[in-house]
Amino acid sequence: MSSNKVIHAIYNDDDVLMDAVHKTRAAHHHIEEVFTPFPVHGLDKAMGIAPTRLAICAFIYGCIGLSVATTMMNYIMIQDWPQDIGGKPSFSYIQNMPAFVPVMFEMTVFFAAHLMVITFYMRSKLWPFKKAENPDLRTTDDHFLMEVAVKGDEAELVKFFEGTGAVEVKVIDKH
Amino acid sequence: MYTFSSKLKTFSFVLMIVGILGIGYGFLTAPKTIQDVETILKAEESHEGHEAAAVNHEAKAEAQEAVANHEEVAKTVVDSTSHDTIAKAIAPVVAAKPEVATEKVVDPAKEHEEHAAHVLSQLQNKPWAALYVACIFFMLITMGALAFYAIQQVAQAGWSPVLFRVMQGITSYLLPGSIIFFIILLASGFHMNHLFIWMDEKVRATDEIIKGKAGYLNFPFWIIRATLFLTVWNLYRFFSRKNCLAQDESNDNSYYKKNFKMSAAFLVFFIVSESIMSWDWIMSVDPHWFSTLFGWYVFASFFVSGITAIQMVTLYLKSKGYLENVNSSHIHDLSKFMFGISVFWTYLWFSQFMLIWYANIPEEVTYFVMRIEHYNITFFGAVAMNFVFPILLLINTDFKRIAWIIVMAGIVILFGHYIDFFNMIMPATVGDRWFIGIPEISSLAFFLGLFIYVVFSALTKAPLVPKRNPFIEESKHFHY
Repeated sequence: MSSNKVIHAIYNDDDVLMDAVHKTRAAHHHIEEVFTPFPVHGLDKAMGIAPTRLAICAFIYGCIGLSVATTMMNYIMIQDWPQDIGGKPSFSYIQNMPAFVPVMFEMTVFFAAHLMVITFYMRSKLWPFKKAENPDLRTTDDHFLMEVAVKGDEAELVKFFEGTGAVEVKVIDKH
Repeated sequence: MYTFSSKLKTFSFVLMIVGILGIGYGFLTAPKTIQDVETILKAEESHEGHEAAAVNHEAKAEAQEAVANHEEVAKTVVDSTSHDTIAKAIAPVVAAKPEVATEKVVDPAKEHEEHAAHVLSQLQNKPWAALYVACIFFMLITMGALAFYAIQQVAQAGWSPVLFRVMQGITSYLLPGSIIFFIILLASGFHMNHLFIWMDEKVRATDEIIKGKAGYLNFPFWIIRATLFLTVWNLYRFFSRKNCLAQDESNDNSYYKKNFKMSAAFLVFFIVSESIMSWDWIMSVDPHWFSTLFGWYVFASFFVSGITAIQMVTLYLKSKGYLENVNSSHIHDLSKFMFGISVFWTYLWFSQFMLIWYANIPEEVTYFVMRIEHYNITFFGAVAMNFVFPILLLINTDFKRIAWIIVMAGIVILFGHYIDFFNMIMPATVGDRWFIGIPEISSLAFFLGLFIYVVFSALTKAPLVPKRNPFIEESKHFHY
């Protein structure tokens, strides 16, 4: 038994794939990865993947953006040089706050959006000139691929995946 | 079929009875004559405990009046500010001073009399205004629900048909609500109160601004508009319900299609009538003031209240086991609407406030000066309740499904929008004499009791799930 051998079970229908994922999970085989050409609704739940925390990140980034905007404008407009511009009251931040709200809002959205996207790229390891990790070219077009680590009897595993409706089952030696 | 729980029925009756008693108390204790007001003013003066307070009080009252009063608000402000600048600019020149002084000289006795009459009118308005705010608030909640219902039909929403009967239950309050509201409008027209200052003959004769608006703001035209809007809204509600029930027994989708077309037409009518309604029934209590996005702002306020009411009734029925097809995804969707429209309301609230605050044109800004000076807690409290609280609570996906959190948010949103309507009506009708006391709470209790009674009685009259709606299967299996 080699630890770096994986099975690539290829399907041509997302319903069959979902069914196969359920069966594989029930048989306690560890699913390494599933490659699909498009988002399959409910796949993450079926695979038992933990929910994303990106939204929580975004909320925190938004709070940071709001703080940056508030601190910046309070320093510039109220503390550093509180001049009278068209009669707007710059005695304290709250007095002139309505004028600052558009900036506060945009900065909140800007920080929340951009930092969340960057977080997403970092967490999913995406960047320009990154080498594509594509086990089979057809998975970007019309095929679905489930990668499962080989443990125990290889022939039995292949048979199991053929039974799940796979159009093709391959055993690959991964480096 | 839903059966009206006897406990809820008793509860609604108790609310109505307590409400009526409180409303009656409010009317009975309102001062009748100028003498009553004199005693009240005396009591207030002695309460302040200053010997010299009389003069002080007078000055303060004058300042308040300048801000609060409908009459020549803009003029006074413009005059006084320009005089101030003139006085400052040419301070050494004494010649400018007498001019300012002569204008300020007023007979103190006459002024006091005017002040007392002003306070009398405010105090007499108080129970009326309390009734008016509660009445229009509950009626507009049903309009919010009705608009939401029409939108769901026109949008062919796949998730909401299981909630249509709940929405129809809520909108059943529209008929009794609008009848009571119409009676109050008539009462204003027949001078039983002075909620609408432009209806006052004396004011109409002397006030140039109101005179200029008389082509629009006159009682016959005003009441005809009200009749038209209330009738069409009620007709849409009636026929849409009727067609929805007929669709249950039908063999094809013809009633569904009828409802679709009718809802589309209603929405067009609604958005026009809604704008005009907001000018007629809310903005015209301040006939010297105008704002262009006011109609949208009012709409957002009662639209989110209507959605919240749908959510609350749904959660109640679900907790009693009557809505087995409604799952947490439906609840989640309604919570998202509560959240989103709350933010929309805030956007309009802020846009209206900020544009006027920024430009600071005297004829517009008095509206907010009055509110910030005398209604500080309710004015900014409404923003806290309608924006800060829901945005922090309902932003979380999991929280949007937890019943007690939604109910908590819903109660705060509903109360916040009552306060919002309070802020729109009260400053113009009772001025700085406002208080959320027995008349206000009783009016709220009465209309809440009536609302509960009418809505839940209507819910017993038809099955809670439409049978043959083309989207009902999708809706039953809706999952988000």
